[in-house]
Amino acid sequence: MNSFRTIQQKAAKTWQALQHNPNPVVYVGMGSCGMASGAGAVWDALEQLSKIHTLTLAKVGCIGPCYLEPLVDIQAHGQPRLSFSNVDALRAERLVKEYIGQKETTIKPIGHFGDATQQINGAVSFWQHPMLKNQKRIVLRNCGIVDPENILHYIARDGFQGIINALQRSPRDIIGEVQTSGLRGRGGAGFPAFRKWEFCRGAAGSPKYLICNADEGDPGAFMNRSLIEGDPFALLEGILIAAYAIGANACYIYIRAEYPLAIQRLKVAMAQMEEIGLLGHDLLSSGFDCTITIKEGAGAFVCGEETALIASIEGRRGMPRSRPPFPAVSGLHGKPTTIHNVETLATLPAIMRNGGTWYGGFGTEQSKVTKTFSLVGKVRRTGLIEVPLGTTLREVIFDIGSGTRKPFKAVQTGGPSGGCLAEQHLDLPIDYQSLQDAGTIMGSGGLIVMDQHSCMVDVAQYFLNFTSKESCGKCVPCRIGTRKMVEILERITAGKAALDELATLESLSRTISKGSLCGLGQTAPNPVGTTIKYFRDEYLAHIEGKRCPAAVCRDLVVYTIIKEKCTGCQRCMEICPAHAISGPRSEPHNLDTSKCIKCRACYEICRFDAIAGDAIVIE
Amino acid sequence: MEMSGSTYKATAYHPSPDAMEDAILQTLSNYPSGATDNLIPILQQVQRLEGYVSPEAIRKVSGHLRISRSKIFGVASFYSQFRFNPPGRHSIKICLGSACHVQGGDFLAKALQLEAGISPGQTSEDGRFDLERVACLGCCALAPVMMVDQDIHSRVSVIKLQQVLSEYE
Repeated sequence: MNSFRTIQQKAAKTWQALQHNPNPVVYVGMGSCGMASGAGAVWDALEQLSKIHTLTLAKVGCIGPCYLEPLVDIQAHGQPRLSFSNVDALRAERLVKEYIGQKETTIKPIGHFGDATQQINGAVSFWQHPMLKNQKRIVLRNCGIVDPENILHYIARDGFQGIINALQRSPRDIIGEVQTSGLRGRGGAGFPAFRKWEFCRGAAGSPKYLICNADEGDPGAFMNRSLIEGDPFALLEGILIAAYAIGANACYIYIRAEYPLAIQRLKVAMAQMEEIGLLGHDLLSSGFDCTITIKEGAGAFVCGEETALIASIEGRRGMPRSRPPFPAVSGLHGKPTTIHNVETLATLPAIMRNGGTWYGGFGTEQSKVTKTFSLVGKVRRTGLIEVPLGTTLREVIFDIGSGTRKPFKAVQTGGPSGGCLAEQHLDLPIDYQSLQDAGTIMGSGGLIVMDQHSCMVDVAQYFLNFTSKESCGKCVPCRIGTRKMVEILERITAGKAALDELATLESLSRTISKGSLCGLGQTAPNPVGTTIKYFRDEYLAHIEGKRCPAAVCRDLVVYTIIKEKCTGCQRCMEICPAHAISGPRSEPHNLDTSKCIKCRACYEICRFDAIAGDAIVIE
Repeated sequence: MEMSGSTYKATAYHPSPDAMEDAILQTLSNYPSGATDNLIPILQQVQRLEGYVSPEAIRKVSGHLRISRSKIFGVASFYSQFRFNPPGRHSIKICLGSACHVQGGDFLAKALQLEAGISPGQTSEDGRFDLERVACLGCCALAPVMMVDQDIHSRVSVIKLQQVLSEYE
């Protein structure tokens, strides 16, 4: 313990030295989203510059507003960090050069990290940014702030205080603390965390195992990826706390192979923890041993289900089995096993640091505390957010996300197991019960916003297609039923369905829900159920009117060129991947509908033309 | 930046068949014989080395772990990560997550198949590209996205597609 105090002092010094560095410090957001927007090139450019100028560079994770990526912060001596958005290599160079010369730049910052009341370079505090100001950041508190590959940064910000507190108390005590906090599983089902622990701790058999489920399979959701990339130590500390509470000495992190950066950051973090005795044998001389093993998933959505996940770790096909026995009694290798989502575990350090009563103070009575959501789709400000449960959908989509460009139509929650909610639900508070009452679930936290250009039948078809492909095939209703539902939906989007097939869809939904073993099958019909309930007129338009109101469904739309408006600029010709458009320059083009794959490219590019911006229309 | 992960193979690595065999045997020697728990990590290593899982490799794994080849194939084919035909010089992964779908990912996939001349799961005849559909790359806020080798390209429209592909020969 004493040696850890020495490390804490060293960490505090390192952190202070970075904060009060005499040289300019440049922080680059290097999460996957930043990298996808070009942060890699920015980093390379800055490295070149740092050879000429005295410059300290630091990699950080993503702070959340992904639409502003790449985000680069500059901190001059005696000034707080100034944040700049959408920075490319050229802009980064200009920023640094101007900054070194005159300590201010002609580029307007998006915000600063100083005193909330201050104005610097014409910018207010980043925390006052409309996307950030209504958030309550507990799990994400370090994301975008610290270097995720430097344990000293984490320690300097009270890192590992949670596990230190935990190790000084009895496991029973810790379970009690988590009960007070009201923490529920963040993976979707919302099962109280302390109860899982009680079952597992009380179960006969040893060794006991703890598994972290980082197989974030929901398409359209990336909370876990961003959290691990931005603050891997929080997850690892949470794993230690949970393992100590249930009496497990061997832990696994089952993580998707599609997240290479997250895997890499975990490996780096684990090596650093081992080095200072925070992992392995006799943690901080407490007598508690704990190992963590990373298991890479191999791409199967059903492995998010706990028994399928266990089968996969054991080297088998990831197929669920019937419960009971529950994994808490008989899990990995037949031993008591607790499985938690990434976010649940990453919340534990804060609870053990500040106490369960403190944590239970946020959110609503039934669903306490905060939750991270990935806000994506047609919303203006996309990214990762953390809000207290009980915040309304309207606040999230319109205040934090700034609404949609075209009129709002729907929001999809809960991934493939969830449903679509319409405008009349916007004032619903986001909590487990309200969403369930409306026919959807909160799930792991994906929020996909849709506007008038989204077709709800197409969305339902997308999700059913996904679940039918990901069905492991064990239960007949799920394997064949979802396939049948896809076929009907395909007929509807092609304008070939009869009206009574809607009733068939509904009856198939009931059978699949009742006749499937695991959550995948039981919830697979949800996207269809909610869209039929709230957007029935769209289904009717496809079936009776043979038209797609959102102009999405390929078989029901035709692309045509309006001869009077076409200037013959040939831009659509060059871009058409199907070579469906032809015609000489400066003369109206022809569009061969038999070749057209309806990819929208011509429609999109035509709008750039100021003279005849709407020569191509979708009917 | 160094990225690890089984889906990211070293494109420049083309060893001789003998060297490959040695590399696979070397990998197997890191895992205890008969421990079926390690089947998936071993297959991931094999794919990292070969770029795919070859019948020869399955035979070797079968001997080492003492499980039948059909069982190994049963496990490998269950997971979408494993491929059974040699990859192209560049691997394209087109994201078909829901955020990408809503932002026109489906249109993009269609156009991509035409541009590259291949369907998902195939490798182009000139060996330039192979194509795979993936459920989600986790860059949903920047949809639609696609990945070529190790680079994630964000907000790819059909219009931007040709330019992205031209970066890879």
